[in-house]
Amino acid sequence: MRLKYVLSEVMVGLWRNVTMTIAMIITMAVSLTMLGASGLMYLQVDAMKDAYYKDIEVSIFLDASVTDQQRAELQTELESDPLVRKVKHETKEEAYERFKELFADSPDLVNAVQADKLPESFRINLVDPEQYQQIFDKYKDREGIDDIIDQRRLLEQIFNILGAIQNMALVSASVMAIAALLLVANTIQVAAYSKRREVAVMKLVGASNWFIQAPFVLEAVVAGLLGAIIGFGALVLGKIFLLDGSLRDLTDLLTPIRWGTVLLMLPFMATVGGLVSAITAWVTLRFYLRV
Amino acid sequence: MIQLEHVTKTYPKASRPSLDDVSVSIEKGEFVFFIGPSGSGKSTIIKLLLHEITPNKGRVYVNNKDVTSMRSWKIPTFRRTIGCVFQDFRLLPNRTAYENVAFALEVIGKTKAVARRVVPEVLELVGLGGKEHRYPHELSGGEQQRVAVARAFVNRPLILLADEPTGNLDPDTSIEIMRLLDRINRTGTTVVMVTHDSNIVNQMRRRVIEIESGRIVRDQARGVYG
Ligand SMILES: Nc1ncnc2c1ncn2[C@@H]1O[C@H](COP(=O)(O)OP(=O)(O)OP(=O)(O)O)[C@@H](O)[C@H]1O
Ligand SMILES: [Mg+2]
Repeated sequence: MRLKYVLSEVMVGLWRNVTMTIAMIITMAVSLTMLGASGLMYLQVDAMKDAYYKDIEVSIFLDASVTDQQRAELQTELESDPLVRKVKHETKEEAYERFKELFADSPDLVNAVQADKLPESFRINLVDPEQYQQIFDKYKDREGIDDIIDQRRLLEQIFNILGAIQNMALVSASVMAIAALLLVANTIQVAAYSKRREVAVMKLVGASNWFIQAPFVLEAVVAGLLGAIIGFGALVLGKIFLLDGSLRDLTDLLTPIRWGTVLLMLPFMATVGGLVSAITAWVTLRFYLRV
Repeated sequence: MIQLEHVTKTYPKASRPSLDDVSVSIEKGEFVFFIGPSGSGKSTIIKLLLHEITPNKGRVYVNNKDVTSMRSWKIPTFRRTIGCVFQDFRLLPNRTAYENVAFALEVIGKTKAVARRVVPEVLELVGLGGKEHRYPHELSGGEQQRVAVARAFVNRPLILLADEPTGNLDPDTSIEIMRLLDRINRTGTTVVMVTHDSNIVNQMRRRVIEIESGRIVRDQARGVYG
């Protein structure tokens, strides 16, 4: 009975001020979409780091004029180096095969490069990829070495860009969240004002505080949840039409975002949307109703 | 039943206390009038008894509970033992007489079935049988006040507080409301009534407590207005 009363009050409350309700839901939805997007990006960057850092390599390119003895010495030294987990020697021919594979789309480029023009190299995996600098300092002046390149550096630039995008999404999510909070607070005030007579009577006859507040708080929570659902819909559409659609070429470079990960955002957004609305409504009521 | 012990109440920003060292004791089942000039502090006493405000000094006991030190979450349950009637009726305009009374029951957790059983009974008691489904604007002032009394009484409170319940009514209607409160008092309910109406006080010959500038100047069993 009381539940039915509270629920019908919530529906009436949402209808009483439809324009405000819609504004509240839309700002909630936009804010939560941003939040969901940056959440996805966060998980994605993490997944990519796991995937790439696992077989990240430091490449030690050898001079064209390297002697067999220099090469053999370097290899034994690398193999016994405690910083190094794995060493693999890549000959000129192997380098060319890999090059052909990588640029299979551009036969002109492949044809322009002769097989013996690509440098041979040692590809090494470090025990701790962070210790690149020590490797670099140790081997940089060695005879027969042309250049030492850390793939991690390249990846980090990509991650930095992704991180910047994520921060932008978070900032816009917060700005929208402030707008959403103000709208929730305002809607609750209007609702409390339009029900001030009922509230006064309820206080007078001894209705419990939760019973007085519940319809208002639930009204905000329902709006927050609707916002989360709409925001989730936006994420799904974003995946279908942007990630799997027009931005396909870009996303192919990165590890794909799985549907499971996207789905994970629904409970996340719903929890944040619902909780934030509930707390805002409750705090507003404490000031406004003094119950 | 009700006890004020050396109660002083000064509203924030007020220059002088609205109640100044007031002590009074009211027994169960009594009928008490509070009279006095405007601004003397009568409504302040009602608000203290309801725990709408707290005193600056002294203690307030209602139903043998110390209201002054009551935790805020206990107030709702405490208020269910008190019925309240005001000069301005305080009915919900978009609800019928029946719904107004039922509302008071439902918001404290009583079922619709209980309301269906109790509300017609109490509306009958206040003399509104047959007008259950009228809205407040379809009722006279006296009838609206009857609805308010029904709402205050439906929960069978131990105490009924009435702040100028006849203030907006003509003399004949006032007498009828008085009879109603008298009947409620005879069921054992303690009634505390604030009034300016000398007729009523003189006819009823009940205990009269007169206040002036926040102090009790007269407390008389079977008293008259002045
Ligand atoms: N909320 C308030 N803030 C400040 N002063 C107040 C407040 N409420 C009442 N007062 C003051 O307290 C005094 C007593 O007020 P109270 O309402 O108790 O008077 P009353 O006896 O009920 O008068 P009336 O017969 O006109 O209803 C008055 O001087 C009034 O101005
Ligand atoms: Mg008054």
